Amino acid sequence: MSATDTIRNGEEREPAFGFWRRSYAMLVKEFIQLRRDRVSFAMIIIIPVMQLLLFGFAINTTPRHLPTAVLLQEDSDLGRSILKAMENTAYFRFTREVHTVEQLDELLQSGKVLFGVEIPRGFERAVRRGDKPALLVAADATDPVAAGSALGALGPLVQGALAHDLHIGDPPEMPFEIRAHARYNPAAESRLNIVPGLVGTILTMTMLIFTALSVTREIERGTMESLLSMPIKPVEVMFGKIIPYVMVGFIQAGLIIGIGVLLFGVPVLGSLTLLGLLTTLFITTNLSIGYTFSTIVQNQLQAMQLSMMFFLPSILLSGFMFPFAGMPVWAQYIGEVLPLTHFIRIVRAIMLKGAAMPNLQYDTIALAALMLFAMTVAVTRFRRTLD
Amino acid sequence: MNGGPTSTQPSASSIAIDVKGLTKSFGGREVVHDLSMQVKRGEIYGFLGPNGSGKTTTIRILCGLLTPDSGEGTCLGYDIRRDADKIKRKVGYMTQRFSLYQDLSVRENLEFVARLYGMPDARGAAADMIARIGLKGREEQLAGELSGGWKQRLALGACTLPNPQLLLLDEPTAGVDPKARRDFWNEIHALAADGLTVLVSTHYMDEAERCHEIAYIAYGHLLAHGTVDEVIAKSGLSTWTVTGEDFNGLMAELTGKPGVDMVAPFGTSLHVSGRDKAALEAAITPYRDNSKWRWQPSEPSLEDVFIDLMGRSKDNFQG
Repeated sequence: MSATDTIRNGEEREPAFGFWRRSYAMLVKEFIQLRRDRVSFAMIIIIPVMQLLLFGFAINTTPRHLPTAVLLQEDSDLGRSILKAMENTAYFRFTREVHTVEQLDELLQSGKVLFGVEIPRGFERAVRRGDKPALLVAADATDPVAAGSALGALGPLVQGALAHDLHIGDPPEMPFEIRAHARYNPAAESRLNIVPGLVGTILTMTMLIFTALSVTREIERGTMESLLSMPIKPVEVMFGKIIPYVMVGFIQAGLIIGIGVLLFGVPVLGSLTLLGLLTTLFITTNLSIGYTFSTIVQNQLQAMQLSMMFFLPSILLSGFMFPFAGMPVWAQYIGEVLPLTHFIRIVRAIMLKGAAMPNLQYDTIALAALMLFAMTVAVTRFRRTLD
Repeated sequence: MNGGPTSTQPSASSIAIDVKGLTKSFGGREVVHDLSMQVKRGEIYGFLGPNGSGKTTTIRILCGLLTPDSGEGTCLGYDIRRDADKIKRKVGYMTQRFSLYQDLSVRENLEFVARLYGMPDARGAAADMIARIGLKGREEQLAGELSGGWKQRLALGACTLPNPQLLLLDEPTAGVDPKARRDFWNEIHALAADGLTVLVSTHYMDEAERCHEIAYIAYGHLLAHGTVDEVIAKSGLSTWTVTGEDFNGLMAELTGKPGVDMVAPFGTSLHVSGRDKAALEAAITPYRDNSKWRWQPSEPSLEDVFIDLMGRSKDNFQG
């Protein structure tokens, strides 16, 4: 009876502006929902502001004040003048003084400095004699952007600064030769730098999202209620959710590195076992952070947004896209708490520089500390009741 | 009422649930108010009340999923505040909404539960349960693809799998067809006969009558408890059953008359109830001689009692 009524009434004229009314109804509903979702609302503000600030202030594609080590084989006025001249170019900042070539190599390999300057024994005397001795500058060229502009500035700038000190004519005949050696990536091929970095970047993105959704999914699907009524502890839930993805991440890392080696000709100079171990640590750290996110947020959308917010500075401030040493100090501090920063140092050092564990201690400990911190937060944040 | 099961004090070991003064609020709204109850071991205890009355909240407090704001008590002898982990090992909780993994098969869901409880032979235990709940042949089907009745069986199977001593069932038969409902209750009775204690919440009156004892809860207050007969006797409600024709006019006339508290049609008859027997009789006297209707004094049904309790509690607690 009522069904047939409806059919007949259906032939009635549709109210005016039906299309706009219905669209308007939908629009009002969406606005209400958006307003209720505080996290989404915050993201609308935070993400663009964060990007703007990072790009505007933190990122510098012609980095200056790069950490440099000095190996002084003789103590001479000329040597000091040259170092002063280099520092005056604003590209170099002398952070370490070493006494042997091995120490210099070690600093470069572990990434603690980007340049090493060696003033050989008898340098000043050779200059006075007019022998044109060589001043050695070794650069860590794994990141061609970071090393390139400084190396390019080296000759003319140092020469100009020295012209004044040494009272040599202009245009001067340089009394010594600057022999720059771009280590690890002599041809300055950016793919050598990017492929190892990509291992970390891709893993960060995929691993975060895998676990960031894991707890919220249980809550949204209603399975959390059953799970919580069973005798399982928060740590057990966490391990159960993280471990499968460690394997997934491991396969993914193998795939990227394999393609990098076979297709792009990126070398793996260091130990493959060490690379595998530290990659596993990095994967686990990211999974723990993603899992922590999922214990904080209320739904899957928020989990995705929080992951995005973590991913963005990871790419920008980790040294993946832009030279880490060129960033202002505050940005470097932020970079230090991002796992990707440490992993990028590790993966570049192992693959391109052949670094071994002693060179990588600091970054390994940092990764492990971040992982433990994330796990602790996750376990304490995990709600054991529905309160 | 004297000599009824509730007035004798059972020994502690024979009590499965013993809670006093449970109170729980959400966002300033009190959902459970000063609730005390005792459930004896091996008993089927029905938990009745309208939607939003606090049944689910109470059940969640009992199995440690919620912490009460105040009140105390024990579940299977364990403190509900401190020993939630121990309670979870021995209690099976069937949630109101299906909460097993929809993207796991029947077998995988059961094996998950068996492993979680550390059962030595998870595969074997799951296979036995599949046979017991009659899901043989469907073990590889995804839980999400099962029909309502099968889902409910699977959920019951999952919560009885680890051999619990107490089952908490939250509206287990909502949206399930009568045949499946009957099978379900037969299973519950079989489990209780094996010594399992069952606390089951429901809306259905026929299910209430299948329980050994019932409690009625509305607006967070426990309003009545005891066996079905006791609850009816304690209600103090007098009821007349009217048979005949043209109830619509009669209903309209009787409703709201002093002495008449409730008028409810039951198929071809009408139940007219009141708390004051004399006032009720006075109210219906003018209609009793009308040949259209036949008046008979009768027992109030459980539904009459509950609707009356609900109406009264609404006056008391909702202003």
